[in-house]
Amino acid sequence: MDTFFLIESVVKIFTMIAAVMGLATILTWVERKQSAVMQDRIGANRADIFGIRIIGLFQPFADAIKMITKEDYIPPFGNKVLHMIAPAIAYIPVMLLFAVIPMGPPLEIGGRIVNTQIANIDIGLLFIFAFGGIAVYGAVIGGWASNNKYALIAAIRTSAQMISYEVCLGLSLIGAIMIYGTVDLSQMIAEQSGHWFGWIPRWGIFIQPLGALLFIPAAIAENKRIPFDLPEAESEIIGYYTEYSGLKGGLFMMTEFIEMVLISALFSVIFLGGWNVPWLEYNGFNFPWGGTWTLNIWVVKGMQFGAYFLKVAVLIYFFTLVRWTLPRFRYDQVMRLGWRYLFPLALINLLITGIAVVLFA
Amino acid sequence: MAKEYENRELILPTKNMALAMGPSHPAMHGIVRVNAKLDGEIVVEGSVDIGYLHRGFEKSVENHTWNQGIIYTDRLNYVSAMMNNVGYCLAVEKLLDIELPPRGTFLRVIMSELSRVADHLTCVAAQVMETGAMTAFLYAMKAREYVWEIVEMACGARVTTNWTRVGGLMADVPGDFVDAVRERIPLVRDVIDELDKLVTKNRIFGDRYRDVGVMTKDEAIAWGFTGPCIRASGIPFDVRRDTPYLNYDAFDFEIPVGTNGDVFDRYLVRMFEMEQSILIVEQALAKLPDGPVSVDNKMVTLPEKADVYGSIEGLINQFKLIMDGHGIQVPPGEIYQAVEAANGELGFYIISTGGDTPYKCRCRPPSFALTAALEKMITGQMIADVIPIFGSVNMIGGELDR
Repeated sequence: MDTFFLIESVVKIFTMIAAVMGLATILTWVERKQSAVMQDRIGANRADIFGIRIIGLFQPFADAIKMITKEDYIPPFGNKVLHMIAPAIAYIPVMLLFAVIPMGPPLEIGGRIVNTQIANIDIGLLFIFAFGGIAVYGAVIGGWASNNKYALIAAIRTSAQMISYEVCLGLSLIGAIMIYGTVDLSQMIAEQSGHWFGWIPRWGIFIQPLGALLFIPAAIAENKRIPFDLPEAESEIIGYYTEYSGLKGGLFMMTEFIEMVLISALFSVIFLGGWNVPWLEYNGFNFPWGGTWTLNIWVVKGMQFGAYFLKVAVLIYFFTLVRWTLPRFRYDQVMRLGWRYLFPLALINLLITGIAVVLFA
Repeated sequence: MAKEYENRELILPTKNMALAMGPSHPAMHGIVRVNAKLDGEIVVEGSVDIGYLHRGFEKSVENHTWNQGIIYTDRLNYVSAMMNNVGYCLAVEKLLDIELPPRGTFLRVIMSELSRVADHLTCVAAQVMETGAMTAFLYAMKAREYVWEIVEMACGARVTTNWTRVGGLMADVPGDFVDAVRERIPLVRDVIDELDKLVTKNRIFGDRYRDVGVMTKDEAIAWGFTGPCIRASGIPFDVRRDTPYLNYDAFDFEIPVGTNGDVFDRYLVRMFEMEQSILIVEQALAKLPDGPVSVDNKMVTLPEKADVYGSIEGLINQFKLIMDGHGIQVPPGEIYQAVEAANGELGFYIISTGGDTPYKCRCRPPSFALTAALEKMITGQMIADVIPIFGSVNMIGGELDR
């Protein structure tokens, strides 16, 4: 292992953690402001530093201070150890997933190709399924260790819902895997560069529309947000973090926002071509009607980074819109939707994709 | 759901879990408790504990003068307090055998109907919020704000109105009242339309509300349902139509009737009634006559302030009506007067033995019968259904526990 690789990895890890945590922190503000816009309110704008407010952007800091200074309540009749580690069990696997999520296009620094993934492993998507599966334990253990009936019901709902929808989530992506012939996320993005007939971008959403459509509800369900927020249906059962306060409760909430970043990144990588911009190639824009617009390689890279970020941001915005528009399902309805509609549709998608791959490939 | 539960064969033996939902529960308003026995997600048994907001309304009214009792009626259904004021005053006026001047009657109708709009908005909003749709809730709250601005204009308060007096009103409405109401009606209508678009045809809402908490016609009658809940079950019972009070027979309005008696029908009935109430308000505004709002009877109505300070007769009149032991002298007798409050039939049964205080004032709260049937409605449903069912009966602790 040479020094360059070490430095590169450390830089990438810090960049990734900073980007994800930063995004998740800003998301708390986005969520507040977006709901305020939709509900004819002003939203949080009181937090200030020396009188400077900048439309409430300091609110996340105020929230953080509040969470840190709050009483850290541990229910006396629960399992204290598990209660302590449950938020970490929820948080760590989700953070680990970002190891395989690319941050942008590969860069060429000093004659070396630098991948913007922390770990460029070729089992990328399988890694995500594996660690995504672990995330459910955090909520379940947290609910059980609290020794609270509401939390217990929520934990059971969580396990049932997340395991059911993981199946749909996985199946909705298998079509894409079959077409790209790889589970490496960078490879997948590379497969999506270029165009059909010279003008349609080769994005996954155009060859896997059903897969993309199925991915969204399954991902929201994995994320435990409205309309699938049964595990934390605050008006029915208060949620699996009923007995959590302070930073531990905050960590559960943070995990939710980080998961939102994750599914947005995954969706843009698998279905929206990652950092690919239509008609943008290494030398600049090559328009289908014949024109070219030559650009510096670094400008192209910058635009690709920007496009990737924009795709993630738009998706996050979309998930926030859904969150503040729809009501919540009932438990049996969620299960019915998952197993009777999404699951068969995912199988049909798989069948069609399989036939197509055999016929055309 | 109940049938599915009974027919299920258990492979592993399970035990039911007892879960006390409330009074400290987000959906239970802090004033009621559902003792549920759960088998997984299904409520096998659910009894409802009430009484957390008992304030001794009836005893309090007995210990106060006729006009002082009005302030206690504010606290019955605090979302539509004016209707309670009207109901109580109508009962006392019936005992006194006095009739209001037309302007007073019209204003009472207008404010009653506006209160009904506010109440239904609150109920529908709370119901959708508890199903997870916060945005629709805040839209409805915005509309309720318009209504409460009118209420504030009429009496200076928003919740505890204390607006009527025996024999009339606290005061006439301000000069720009009619314009203010006319200005706000389209705003409220817009919000109701918006709510309708957002909620009524939403598939998730439909699935959550349909066939949940069903009460058939016979059951609704047997359990003593009134108001939107009995109408949702298919019985066109409305106190405004069946035993008219004030001058409701002068207005043209429809009584919506449901078919299934489930939560969704109750929601639809409420949405439709809001429109009907607005229609009544519009008709009343068009016909609103001029003149006094209170009866011209020195034994009942307080004199003008100018008279109190300017003439000895006025001062004595004020003294006689206000001082303990003097007050309004209601002849002996007993009376039952019901009004169609937002939740159903709100009745006041008053016994007078003469003098300035009631001997007995019994209130028939609409919520009580509805809450009594909650146990029947939630048994066999899922735990998530308890919340919409509870929301659909619009239990108001103030009038339930009194």
